[in-house]
Amino acid sequence: MKKFAAWAIFIFGVVYFVLPLIGMTEFSLKMRRGVYSFDAYFKVLADPQFQATFTYSIMLALATILIGVLIVVPTAYWVRLKVPEARPLVEFITLLPLVIPAIVIVFGYIRMYNTSSVLPLTGSAFGTDILLTMGYVTLALPYMYRSVDTGLRTIDVGTLTEAAQSLGAGWVTILGRVILPNVLVAVLSGAFLTFAIVIGEFTMAALLNRPAFGPYMQILGANRAYEPPALAVIAFAITWACMGLIQLVTRFAGHERAKA
Amino acid sequence: MANSTTAAPSLKARTGSGVALPWRWLGLAPFFLFALLFLILPTMRIVIGAFEAQGGGFTFQNILDLNTDSIRSAYWVSIELSVTTALLGGLIGFGMAWAIVFGNLPKRLRGPLMTFSGVASNFAGVPLAFAFIATFGPAGMIAVWLRTEYGINLRAYGINILSYWGLVATYLFFQIPLMILIITPALDGLKREWREAAEVLGATAWQYWRMVALPILFPALLGTFALLFANAFGAVATAYALTGPQLNIVPIKLFAQIRGDVLGNPNLGYALAFGMIVITGIANGVYIWLRTRSERWLK
Repeated sequence: MKKFAAWAIFIFGVVYFVLPLIGMTEFSLKMRRGVYSFDAYFKVLADPQFQATFTYSIMLALATILIGVLIVVPTAYWVRLKVPEARPLVEFITLLPLVIPAIVIVFGYIRMYNTSSVLPLTGSAFGTDILLTMGYVTLALPYMYRSVDTGLRTIDVGTLTEAAQSLGAGWVTILGRVILPNVLVAVLSGAFLTFAIVIGEFTMAALLNRPAFGPYMQILGANRAYEPPALAVIAFAITWACMGLIQLVTRFAGHERAKA
Repeated sequence: MANSTTAAPSLKARTGSGVALPWRWLGLAPFFLFALLFLILPTMRIVIGAFEAQGGGFTFQNILDLNTDSIRSAYWVSIELSVTTALLGGLIGFGMAWAIVFGNLPKRLRGPLMTFSGVASNFAGVPLAFAFIATFGPAGMIAVWLRTEYGINLRAYGINILSYWGLVATYLFFQIPLMILIITPALDGLKREWREAAEVLGATAWQYWRMVALPILFPALLGTFALLFANAFGAVATAYALTGPQLNIVPIKLFAQIRGDVLGNPNLGYALAFGMIVITGIANGVYIWLRTRSERWLK
């Protein structure tokens, strides 16, 4: 009886989750009348708009990861090593992006950094790119911080620091060549998750009027029939790849540690 | 933790203990500067704007002006949507987590389910809307199949993906996996001894769940519900791509307001956003408070 109920719930869930995936894949193959073909994919991939927005979003994701790592790793390290009493405050701030909806944060950006403000970031395309990147760093902050902080918990931060210092290392060397390699798995996990979040993000990019992949998908969705499901398949594949890479680096690290 | 506390005195001795105290905080300056510029001050700007009259000066008028039919109903539909998807997502997610932890299913199903949950909980937004339109939409796979095979026209039964319940079905695609991800560790934390103790005292399975397991899980369940609620309440992209800009829920209304001041009063936009912060703030406050309570037991 119990086993029957368990199977019933499980199969119901699997059907619910698999149907849309089959649906979007099937629909994306139907562009040519009567037969299945990859026409929709070719059409999407050949679209200069797709290439431009996709590249743009990848660049933005990489910038987000870089800045996120530069802010999160030293902060999490410093909190553990020197200012443990700051932990509740720092953790609270890193969780705020889960409390304040992204649309509210970007609304604040638009009003705070407009052309008549002290720091008119929205006045130029490059300034808006910076603003959007910072917005993405904010969105990624909860995941990035938790991931890195968990990674730091497994290593002896104090001893490593003292050992490096007694060999004459400065703070940059300690962070870059001692701490970072030791929490690389955690950093990579956070980075892949950040990539998955940023690549298809819609709200911030649309409201800041930047040509990112998310707004491009939305516009295409409003005007075309077969390309949108093809984009959905591509986006799902990217999300899946990011999660797969997280598992891969985690498993690889566990393997290494077991050997050592 | 223990490591850093043992290391701290020796490092402090080297830098000179007396003056070290305020200087230590300086290492956190980049983080606080970032948080201030791109998280706290922009939010403060919204909060202050919500209490600012159009010519300047303090006023409650913007908050009072939210009390129109259209805005009230937008908040109401948003809250209803968030509660419904959080409840259904929580229930189904709990069922699946229960099936995988206690249902005697093959062990090898667990890994893929957790990985898939990680993927699906992040597969929100525009592509998710496309997937549901392609499957359940008027020209989608299910509709076409039912029409050609059985002559059933879904439209005739009033089933439409571009509706409130269509939105609920779509939101569940990321709500259920999020529930599975959070509640599975909590179910793992239920100790076998508790069940055995209950059975020795003659409890039935139902009594065990009602009087032992659920009370222990209660804070975790309610807390996750709050998180799912906030998750749905702030979502823009999925709803926007699914139904377009005309759907009357708060995030979409705010989206339209930011784009083109559809309310005809910039400060009313601030008030609308402020209302969102208050609601998600309460939901998350409940979540954080309950999580610290539940961690006491499930450690």
